[in-house]
Amino acid sequence: MDLIQYLPILIFLGIALGLSGLFVFLPMGVARLTGAHNPHADKLSEYECGFPAFEDPRSQFDVRFYLIAILFIVFDLEAAFLFPWAVSLDLTGWPGWITMMVFLFELTVGLAYAWKKGALEWE
Amino acid sequence: MTQTFMNWGMTHEWAWFTATIAGILLIALPLMLAVAMIIYADRKIWAAMALRRGPNVVGPFGLLQSFADGLKVFLQETIVPSASNKGLFLIAPIITFTVALAAWAVIPFNSGAVLSDINVGLLYILAISSLGVYGVVVSGWASNSKYPFFSAMRAAAQMISYEVSIGFILICVVLWAGTFNMNGIIEAQRGHGFGIVNGFFFNLLLFPMWVMFLISSLAETARAPFDLTEAESELVAGYQTEYSSMSFALFWLGEYANVLLMCALNAILFFGGWLPPLNIDLIPWFDVPGWIWLFAKILFFFFVFSWIKATVPRFRYDQLMRLGWKVFLPLSLAFVVIVSGYLMFTRYG
Repeated sequence: MDLIQYLPILIFLGIALGLSGLFVFLPMGVARLTGAHNPHADKLSEYECGFPAFEDPRSQFDVRFYLIAILFIVFDLEAAFLFPWAVSLDLTGWPGWITMMVFLFELTVGLAYAWKKGALEWE
Repeated sequence: MTQTFMNWGMTHEWAWFTATIAGILLIALPLMLAVAMIIYADRKIWAAMALRRGPNVVGPFGLLQSFADGLKVFLQETIVPSASNKGLFLIAPIITFTVALAAWAVIPFNSGAVLSDINVGLLYILAISSLGVYGVVVSGWASNSKYPFFSAMRAAAQMISYEVSIGFILICVVLWAGTFNMNGIIEAQRGHGFGIVNGFFFNLLLFPMWVMFLISSLAETARAPFDLTEAESELVAGYQTEYSSMSFALFWLGEYANVLLMCALNAILFFGGWLPPLNIDLIPWFDVPGWIWLFAKILFFFFVFSWIKATVPRFRYDQLMRLGWKVFLPLSLAFVVIVSGYLMFTRYG
């Protein structure tokens, strides 16, 4: 385990962050110099198709998005358990494989339950 | 590269630092150039399939179109809506673009030509590309406008749904390669098909995984036919509706950088990355450099992406979710079992 290998990634992250920050804030400065910066109340209002918006955009939205998010957590965690197992198949051998299959079976039961309950339906 | 700089009389630390910075710029700047050219190529391919000419005014054959567009948005006014959360509104494009660039840190361009040859390269890419959801969600929320918000909700649900099956598909590849290291995965594909052809593509158990990975990468990058996040007849321009100037352009650049990344992953995971397609020395005195093979494969996949965009109609949202959760997820789960079981019997058992 050699942490120095990750240093280029950190430097890359810094450079990428600086670059994209520059891309966002430099045009704002340039627009002030060229006179393109000319705010107006109507220009700054939120977008709607030709009439003033009459509803708060942060109102209720479909609960199924929450269900998808919850299901995602379950299955992504499952994948997180599978990753270390996938590279150590030669070390864990048959006991490791059988254990993982039992684990996968339990999660498949979970998926079948969510399916049967209609959590995956978007009619 | 460190050695070169040391030969110029630098100490080891400084040579390493200079080489790293040079490597980063060697990835980031050509990547941005490639994104500009690939947007042009996308428009040209799309136009050709619709029997139009596409951009042909700026520069020879319209080659400079993207740069003209870039200059135009650069000089525009950045509009920050009065109802928006201003800080978050400006952070969102930064997140999107940073994440799209940072994922390229572990992509190998040739044997040894990789910025950071970490042993969990594939896991890093999975983690970084998951972070891309934040840029979209934050932009939709911070805009405080109806259409961006709906679009962000859709995009988040779509991305995380397909990330699950992408995770399982990657596990199948990793099982076969036995490593997360990107170069290791490529080396494992050498002579994979009868010792002649390179690539997991020619593996009967992994071929269906590649088909699913290609479709999932379309959904993950919100490309047509899964571009429901910017379905213009329903959601105006999606989560970018309230953006202007370079903050708008950053979403475009980030999106196309992600598309290129997905093309590169298709090439690396299933088509042997920088390996030549055939494992035979056809011309003994001449080797085509690895990065040319990689770029050719990336361009091929990008052409496939454009082709699909030009020919396939858009999905409905319920169809998209059904495909992700009811088809791809059970299938990829089943293949994890089949692939690992096969490997236990043949290789480790």
